[in-house]
This record gives sequence, C-alpha cells and structure tokens, in this order.
Amino acid sequence: MQPDPTQAAPEAMLSVRGLKKVYQTDGGDVEAVRNLTFDLRAGELACLVGPSGSGKTTLLKCISGLMAPTEGEVLLSGKRVSGPPKKMAVVFQEYGRSLFPWMRVRDNVELPLKNQGVPRAERDRLVDEALEAVGLSHVPRSYPWQLSGGMQQRVAIARAIAYQPEVLLMDEPFAAVDAQTRADLEDLIRTVWKKLGITILFVTHDIDESVYLGERVIILSSSPTVIQEDIAIDLPEERDQLETRSLPRFTELRHHVYEQIQLAKKGDRPAAAGTPSAGPTPAAASGADVA
Amino acid sequence: MSSKTLASGAAAPSVERQHRQVRKMPTKQLLGLAGILGFLLTWELIPRLGLVDPNYLPPASEVIAALIVDFGLTAFWVAVGETMKAWFLGLLMAVAAAVVLGFIIGSSNFLRKATNSTIEFLRPIPSVALIPLAVLMFGVKIESSLLLIVYAAFWQVLIQVLYGVADVDMVANNTARTYGLGRMARIRYVVFPTTLPYLMTGVRLAAAVALVLAITAELVIGSPGLGREIALAQSGGAISGMYALVLATGLIGVLINMLMRFIEKKTLSWHTSVRSEVFV
Ligand SMILES: Nc1ncnc2c1ncn2[C@@H]1O[C@H](COP(=O)(O)OP(=O)(O)OP(=O)(O)O)[C@@H](O)[C@H]1O
Ligand SMILES: [Mg+2]
Repeated sequence: MQPDPTQAAPEAMLSVRGLKKVYQTDGGDVEAVRNLTFDLRAGELACLVGPSGSGKTTLLKCISGLMAPTEGEVLLSGKRVSGPPKKMAVVFQEYGRSLFPWMRVRDNVELPLKNQGVPRAERDRLVDEALEAVGLSHVPRSYPWQLSGGMQQRVAIARAIAYQPEVLLMDEPFAAVDAQTRADLEDLIRTVWKKLGITILFVTHDIDESVYLGERVIILSSSPTVIQEDIAIDLPEERDQLETRSLPRFTELRHHVYEQIQLAKKGDRPAAAGTPSAGPTPAAASGADVA
Repeated sequence: MSSKTLASGAAAPSVERQHRQVRKMPTKQLLGLAGILGFLLTWELIPRLGLVDPNYLPPASEVIAALIVDFGLTAFWVAVGETMKAWFLGLLMAVAAAVVLGFIIGSSNFLRKATNSTIEFLRPIPSVALIPLAVLMFGVKIESSLLLIVYAAFWQVLIQVLYGVADVDMVANNTARTYGLGRMARIRYVVFPTTLPYLMTGVRLAAAVALVLAITAELVIGSPGLGREIALAQSGGAISGMYALVLATGLIGVLINMLMRFIEKKTLSWHTSVRSEVFV
C-alpha cells in the first residue's frame, strides 16, 4: 500500500519487504522478527549487527528460503523466494556441523557443484581455485575434523566461493575463531567480494568487524526486531587491519554503532520504528554526538 | 624456564604411555590364549576326573578330534552350507526390508508417530513363537528358517535405521538444502552417511541373531543345516559328534562377528576416527 517502500528498488539484488516471523511453540508464540524492510544492491557488502536473540539467524533463514516468513516476503532479483534459491550460498555459524564429516575437504567443497551437474574439468578448476583462495590447497585429502576450527570455517567459505553464488549470506562466521585467524578471514572476505563482485550479507555481533568489513551496517533492535539504524560506512575502499582500524573515522563509526546497539538493548525504538529503511544514511561526520 | 619444565613434564607421560601400549598388545593376546587353554584344560579334566559323567560331557580332546573328523566329511560341509545359506538369505532380506522401510518411516514425522506403537508391540515377540506358524506354512523347508531369521533380524536393523535417520544434523541438512540438494540427493549424501554407523551396528547385531535363529529353526523344525545335524547326532547317541557340531556353530559365530567388525571398520573409517577423537 505504501508507495515507495513496498516497491523493491529496481536495481535491488536482494529485497526484504515487511518481513515478520512468529515462531509457534508449545509455550506460546514468539515474535522473533517484527517488521524488517531493506534492499541490497547487486555487489553490495552489508553487515548486519544486532543484540543476541534479535532474530539475525531467523532473518537469514527466511532470506535463504529455509523457512517461510509469517508475513512479508523476500525478493531475489525481483523474484519471490519460496525455497532455497539456486544463486545463493549460506555460510552457517556452526561450521563444524555444516561440513560433512564423512567427506574429505575436497569432496565437501565439490559436492554442490557435482549436484548441479557441473562438468568434471570445470569442477576441478573451481574447487582448486576456491581452496587456493582460502589458503587450504595443501589439505584436500584431510577430513574436516582433522582440521582446526579456523581451517574448518575456511573450508566452509571455500565451498561457498566454489559454488559461485550471486548472493552470499554469512551467519556470524568468525565467532569461534581466534583473533589472528579472524583478521585473516575478514580480509579474505573483502578480497573475494571484490574479485567476484558478489552481494554479501554478513551477520556479526562484533561492532569492529561490522565497521571494518562493510560498506554499510544495518543495526537491528532487540526482539521483536525492527531496523534500528542503517548507516553507510564511508571508509576508504582499501582496508587494512592496522591502518583502517586506527583511522579517526573508524573510531567515530564504531562509537556510533556501539551507541545504537546500546540503545537497541535498552529497548529504545527508533523514532520511525517499523517504517522501512530507505537505504543507508551517512552517520554524523563529527564525533560530537557520540561524545 | 617454567615452560621448559612444563613441556618435558608433559612429554614424559606420553612417551611412557606409548611404551606401555607397545608392551600391552602381545600381553593381551597371550592372556586370551591362556584363557582358551585354561578353559579347554578344565573341560578336559572335569569328565576325566569323573566330576561329570563322560557320557554327557566327553573330554575336550575327544570333541576336538570328532570336529577334525567332521572337517573331512562332505556331509558336514553340506550342513554348514545349508545353515550359512539360510543365515545369509535371511539376513539379506531382513536388512533390505528394514533399510527401505526405515528410510521411508524415518523421513516422515507422521509415519514415525503412526508406526511407533505397532513397532513397539511387534518387536518384543520372540521369533521362536512363530515356529508353529512356520511349520504350518512351509514345513521342513528352508523357508521355515527364513521366516524366523527374517523376523528376528528385521527389528534389530529397523530400530537402528530409525535412530540413524532421526540423528541427521539440522545444520548439515540445511546446508545441503541451501546448496540445492533435492530430497533424493540429501538422502544419498546426508541421511545415508549419517545412518550408516547405526545401520552397521544393526547389521552386526542382526547377523548374530540370525545365526541363533538359523540353528534354532533347524534344531526344532528340522529344516536342513547344522542344527538338524545336532539333533540327529543327539538322537543317534553320538555325543562327541554332537558337541563337535555345537563347537562348529560357535566357531561360525566368532567368524561372523569378526567379518562384521572388519566390514564396519572398512566402511566407517571416518566415523571411528571421529569417535576415538572424542573419547581420547
Ligand atoms: N526454532 C525456534 N522456535 C522458537 N523460537 C525460536 C526459534 N529459533 C529462534 N527463536 C527465537 O527467536 C528469537 C531470535 O532468535 P535468533 O536465533 O534468530 O537470534 P540471533 O539474532 O541469531 O541471536 P544470536 O546472536 O544469539 O545468534 C529468539 O528469541 C529465539 O528464542
Ligand atoms: Mg544466530
């Protein structure tokens, strides 16, 4: 009914319209997500942050077609998502459980391609490239459980890359790896994103990570969830773990996101709660309002 | 400094453990051998010392001699062949039926709930209670043995397959779905590998039960095989011969178990490794 918001922007790759999810449980209904509306342009890298239990995983499950929303819809290139779409890949938080322990690393990465009927030669090339990209070309014959946690997550990422999705969803993928591996994986994601030009929605609860990685950060309120704020990250294109993180602008943005999350936790709704985000707004340039 | 002490302190026990393991292997086997020898010696002495009438329990040496004689007889091998045929066919039919039904029932919540009480009712019925039915339907043919074997072995496998299918990891399954694996592909690449360890346990248990039922059927109904030979030896008063055949069934049981463990190890290398890693 509303003029602009219900209409997905024509150039939107992924478009979430008035999404609501209510879980029906024995203990009554749980409203996990109240009303979410946002668009991702093709080739955008957006981070989604929100307090624990704010429905981030729920949102990803709806976007990836694993679960039907109670209300609203998800559009992928303008087409309504009703089951797992072909051009989407998901990296789950529980990488240990998402890799198949009965298959070697290489077979894990290869399986989705094999299932799609990709010819052998091309499959081999894609798998080699993906393993190379995540720095795991030396362990194709290992089983996943013979690898460290960070390596396992890299296998899961390699599997997603080899699949050549147009949209990549990642659910707190680095929550369980150490700081050094995490920094490496963050840079890996940026490299892959730039190289393949894919659209990435990256869920995290790490504020620094969201600001460092994203071109845009979408902040969710606490459950029942609406969008708290949607800000553009105007950091230089080339990011560097040391340099970018020491930029004054980085600190400002971090402060800003942090504050918003604190507000979200307190249950303070944005003035226009429920109204769809028209797109990222630049955060205040001065540090005055966060001081 | 302190880290150095720590490292050497940690290294020492592991070296020691390795040594102990190396020494343990032959000790364990020797102990096993000693156990068997001790058992045979006791068996030899009990009738010889007159503790038990040798007419009922001939000494071990006599029984083993009779068994060695049996090994040279075609009739013995024919009987072994009959028993193994019933065992194998029965096991095969039971496993095939249980796997197909297990996957169908297991993958539907509705069917699982609908069949649960029926399964819990039918499963505890002892297979031997079906002997009269088997005789009525098939007489003394191999089909009688098969009915009992299939019934007993079927439940062992079905229950395990149902557990296995229920154990499929939601994350693994969702991963497969997001990568576009359809229902059949998911059964092949996710459900089946998850179920395999359970299935192998079921088959191993079923293999042992199938042998018991094969011998029972032959013994009681008189369908051809080692069981019937045991009954015939008993009624003919060939007591040593009877014990020799009993010993033969025991050996077959051991061989079957070894075979099953071997297959399990080969097919589940990834699984046993996962398990051992968890338990270490
Ligand atoms: N299967 C379910 N049945 C019922 N309620 C659920 C279910 N899954 C999630 N919820 C509820 O929905 C809300 C959002 O859960 P969700 O897992 O999406 O949060 P999240 O943002 O991913 O949290 P975290 O950061 O801790 O992973 C929570 O209140 C949770 O209790
Ligand atoms: Mg989550």
